[in-house]
Amino acid sequence: MQLVLEKRAERSGTIALVSPLIAVGLTIATMVILFAILGKNPLLALHAYFIAPLTDGYSLQEIAVKATPLVMIAIGLSLCYLAKAWNIGAEGQFLIGAVAGSWIAVRTQGTDAGAWVLPAMLILAAAAGALYALIPAICKVRFGASEILTSLMLVYVADLFLDYLVRGPWRDPHGFNFPTTAEFDPVATVPLLIEGGRLHLGSIIALLVVAAAAILLGRTIKGFEIRVVGAAPRAARFGGFKADRLVILTFAISGALAGLAGIIEVAGPIGHLQPGISPGYGFTAIIVAFLGRLNPLGILVAGLFLALTFIGGEQAQIAMKIPLDVTKVFQGILLFYVLACDSLILYRFKLVFPNRQVTRGAG
Amino acid sequence: MELVEAIILSVLAASTPLLIAATGELVTERSGVLNLGVEGMMIVGAACGFAGAWLTGSIFIGALFGIAAGTLMSLIFALMALGLAVNQVATGLALTILGVGLSGLIGAGFVGERITPAAHLHIPGVTDIPLFGRVLFGEDGFVYVSIALVIGVSWFLYRTRAGLILRACGDNHASAHALGYPVLRIRTFAVMFGGACAGLAGAYLPLAYTPFFIPGMTAGRGWIALALVVFSSWRPGRLVVGAYLFGAVTILQLHAQGWGVGIPSQFMSALPYLATVVVLVLISRARSGGSTAPAALGTVFVPDR
Amino acid sequence: MSKSLLALAAGLLLAGSISAASAADKLKVGFIYLGPIGDLGWTYQHDQGRLALVKELGDKIETTYLENVPEGPDAERSIEQLVRAGNKLIFTTSFGYMDPTLKVAKKYPNVHFEHATGYKRNPNMSTYSAKWWQGRYIQGLIAAKMSKTGVLGYIGSFPIPEVVSGINATMLAAQTINPNIKVKIIWANTWFDPGKEADAAKALIDQGADIIMQHTDSPAAMQIASERGKLAFGQDSEMIKFGPKTQLTSILDTWGPYYIERVKAELAGTWKSEDSWGGLDSHMFAMAPYTNMPDEVKKMAEDAQAAIISGKLHPFKCPIVGQDGKPVECKGGDHLDDGQILGMNFYVKGIDDKLPGK
Repeated sequence: MQLVLEKRAERSGTIALVSPLIAVGLTIATMVILFAILGKNPLLALHAYFIAPLTDGYSLQEIAVKATPLVMIAIGLSLCYLAKAWNIGAEGQFLIGAVAGSWIAVRTQGTDAGAWVLPAMLILAAAAGALYALIPAICKVRFGASEILTSLMLVYVADLFLDYLVRGPWRDPHGFNFPTTAEFDPVATVPLLIEGGRLHLGSIIALLVVAAAAILLGRTIKGFEIRVVGAAPRAARFGGFKADRLVILTFAISGALAGLAGIIEVAGPIGHLQPGISPGYGFTAIIVAFLGRLNPLGILVAGLFLALTFIGGEQAQIAMKIPLDVTKVFQGILLFYVLACDSLILYRFKLVFPNRQVTRGAG
Repeated sequence: MELVEAIILSVLAASTPLLIAATGELVTERSGVLNLGVEGMMIVGAACGFAGAWLTGSIFIGALFGIAAGTLMSLIFALMALGLAVNQVATGLALTILGVGLSGLIGAGFVGERITPAAHLHIPGVTDIPLFGRVLFGEDGFVYVSIALVIGVSWFLYRTRAGLILRACGDNHASAHALGYPVLRIRTFAVMFGGACAGLAGAYLPLAYTPFFIPGMTAGRGWIALALVVFSSWRPGRLVVGAYLFGAVTILQLHAQGWGVGIPSQFMSALPYLATVVVLVLISRARSGGSTAPAALGTVFVPDR
Repeated sequence: MSKSLLALAAGLLLAGSISAASAADKLKVGFIYLGPIGDLGWTYQHDQGRLALVKELGDKIETTYLENVPEGPDAERSIEQLVRAGNKLIFTTSFGYMDPTLKVAKKYPNVHFEHATGYKRNPNMSTYSAKWWQGRYIQGLIAAKMSKTGVLGYIGSFPIPEVVSGINATMLAAQTINPNIKVKIIWANTWFDPGKEADAAKALIDQGADIIMQHTDSPAAMQIASERGKLAFGQDSEMIKFGPKTQLTSILDTWGPYYIERVKAELAGTWKSEDSWGGLDSHMFAMAPYTNMPDEVKKMAEDAQAAIISGKLHPFKCPIVGQDGKPVECKGGDHLDDGQILGMNFYVKGIDDKLPGK
C-alpha cells in the first residue's frame, strides 16, 4: 500500500480557495510547537506576527511600502515564468534601473530642472532594466546560453557597477567621501501619499501594474500567446506563435518592471543612491510570483502577505525578543506549507495497492 | 616559482567547496530536478559540520554531520518538489531561506569557538618536492575527496547502467516511467546525493578553510556552484575546469590588487561573473544543435497510474 | 484541546500584565545592528556594549535590538518600529543608517538618537565614533619593527575615509622606523566574507608580506597568518584565540562605557546632542595586550600610546606629503584637522597603490 499523487481532471476550485487557510493553520500549529520549545508564549508571538501589524495604520502603510517593489517585480517575473522563460536576475535589473534613473537625478542636482525630472527618471529606469534583461534573453535566443545562469551572473555585475559609481564618480562631494550620492532634489523624489507617512506614489503604480497585467493576460491575444507557449509549446508552434520572440518580450517587460521598482525605491523610501539598496527584492519576488500562482491578483495578495511576515517578524523581535533566525525559519516553513497545499489544487492523494500490471500503459 | 605553487594551492582551496557542491547539484540536475536551495543546504551543513567537529573533536565526524544535515535538508526539498509536485524553483528558494534561519539557530551556540582545521597530507620527501609536491601530495582530505567525487560521478553517469537510467529520467521522464523505472525514487536519491554534497561543501568552510563558524559564512558560494553546473553544460569534466577557472580568477584578482594593477577593484571582483557569462555564450555558440541541458530539467513529473 | 487553549490564554494575559508593569518605570533603549550579533566583529562588539549596559543599569532600563537590518529601504522602518515600541534612546550602529536615523529623528523630536560613524546631527540626534587611526599608528610602529621583509599586507574592506585614514596612519608610523617600508593593499569589497578574507591574506603573504593588517571583520586573516607562521593584527574584537602566537595587538571596539554614559545622561535628563569622536584617551576603543613581540617593541608601543593619550604625539602631524609629492594643507595648526581626517581621500607618499575612485 502506498500514498501517491494523482493529477485531477481539472483544477479544484474549492481547494484553490481553502488551501491558503490550511497552510496558515499548519504553519501556526508548527510555530506553536517551535515557540514552546524556545520558551516563548506562542499566542503572543502569533499575535505579534499576524495581528499586531494589521491593527494600526502605521504598520499597514509599512506593509504596502514593503510589498510595492515585491509586487512590481513579481508581476514581470510571472509573465516570464508563464512563458517558461526563467529570469532569476530581477535583482540585477532592479539595480540597473535604479542606477539609470539616478543618473538623471545626479546630473540635474542643484539645477532648476522642472517637473520632467521624475517622469524621465522612471522612463529611463524602465528602459535600462529592460535592456539589461535583454542580455540574457538574447544570449538565450541567439546562442542558446541558459538564461538562468546568465541572468543570475549579471546580478553580481550590476551590484559591483553600482558600488563603483557611488564610491567613485557619483559620490556626494560634500559627504566626506562616504559611498552615497547626495540626497535627491524634491523634483527627483517620488511624492508621498500621506503627509508624515511613508506610503508613496509607487504603491499606486504597483496597483496599476497589477491591473495592466490582469488585462494583458485575461483580455489580449498577446496574453493568450504567453500562456499557450508556456503551457503547451507544441500547440503554440502549430498556432504560429514564436517562442523566441516571447522570451525576448517577457524578459523585456520583467526587466522594465524591475528597473522601475528600483528607481521608485531609490527615489522614494531611500532618497539617494547607495550600495545595498535592495535587501534581496529580486529573489524574494520569485517566491512572491509562485506564491501568487503566477496570477496578477494572487501576486498582489502574496506580496502583501510576505510583507506582513517581514513587519511582523520585526515586531516579534522587538516585543518578544524572538531572534531574526526564527523569523526566517518561520517564513521558510510558511512558504513550504503554502506551496504544498497549493499543489492539492492540481493533484490529489490516492492510496494505491501495488498491482503493476494494471497500472502500466493506462496513460 | 614558489609564488606559482602558492597561488595554485590557494586556487585549489577556494575551488574545492564549489566543486563538491556543484558535483552534487550536477547529479541532481542530471536526474531532471533543479534544486536552487544549494546555498541553504550548504550553510546548514556548515553549522552542523562545525557543531559536530567541535563536540567530538573530530573533523571526520564533523564532515559526517555536515553530510547528514545537507541530506536532511534535501529530503525536505524532495518531499515538496517530488512528493507534492511543487514548483522546483520556488521550493529551492524557500529552502535557502529556511536554511539561513536554521543555521543561525544551530550555530548560535558555537560563535567564537575555534577548532583545529583539517590536517594536510604530508608524505616525507614526496610532499617537499618543489613546485608540485605540495599541490599534489600536501592537500587536506576534502580536496582529494572532491577529485574522487568527480571521477566517481563521471564513472557512474557514463559507465554504469544506473547512471544511464538516471540520465534517462532527466531527459525524458515519461519514457523512463514507461520503461518501468521508478522515476520519483531515482530522483529522490539524486536530490539526496546533491544535498549530501552541499552539506559536505558547507562543512568544508568551517572545518578546513576558516576553522570557526559565523552565520552567513557561505557568502553566496551555493549560487556560484549552481552557476558552475550550467557552465559545465552538465559534464563532470568541464565542471572541474569551471570550478578551478572560477577559483583562479577569484584568487588572481586579489593578487593583481597586491601587485598594484590600477583597475577599480569592483571591476576585478566582477571579472569571474563576466567571464562565466562570456565563456557560457562561447560554449553555447560553438555547440551545434542547441542546449545540452537535461530536457526534463525543472519540470514536474507525476506518474500516470 | 480547549484546556490547553485556556492555559495559553492565561499565559498571554499574565505575560501582558508583566510587560505592562515593567514598561511603565523603565527607560527603553533600542539598538539597530547591521549584522547578526554572532558575527564576532562589528555587531558583536556593539552587542557586548549593550550587555555591559544591561549589567550596569539593568534595573533601570530595558534594552531591545533588531539585528541584520540592511542599510537600504528597511532601515528607516526598523528605527521607527523601535520608536513606536516605546524606546526613548536609540543607537543606530552603522554608517548607512545616517539618513534614515535623521529622517526618523526629525519626525519624533522627543526621542533621542545616537548614530555611529556618521556626520549628520540634529538637536535630538548625536553622533559617535572612535579615532581608530590612533591605534593604527601604533600598529604601524610595531609592524615596521617586526617585519623582516619590509612588506606589510593590508586587507581593506571599502575605500572609505575610515579605512584610508587607517592605512595612512599605519604608513606614516612605519616610515618613521623604516623609510623604505612597503604596503600591499587588497580591497575585499566586503566587510564580511571569511573565505575571501582568508584568500586575501594568503595572496598578501604569498607576495612577500610578513605582517597582516585587516580592516575587515572576521578572524579569518588572523587564522591564515597563524597557519603560515606570520604575524597579524586583529580588528574590532580580541582575536588572540585565533592566533595565540600571531596576534601582536588588536584594536578593540569598547562601546560599553559610552553607552552607559549616554544612558545615564538620559536617565538624569541631561542628554544633549553631541559629536563624540573618542580617541585612546576616551573609552571608545582600547588596544588589546601587546603580545608576541620583544620587550623593547612592546615598550615603544606603550610609550607611543601614552604620548598619543597625553596629546604629545599626533599621528597626522604636519608636514604630510601626499602621494603626488605635494605637501598636504595643514588645517589644524601643526596637524591635520578632524574634518580632513574624517573625509580623507588621499594616500600619503610611500604607498605605491592607487586609491580606488580617484
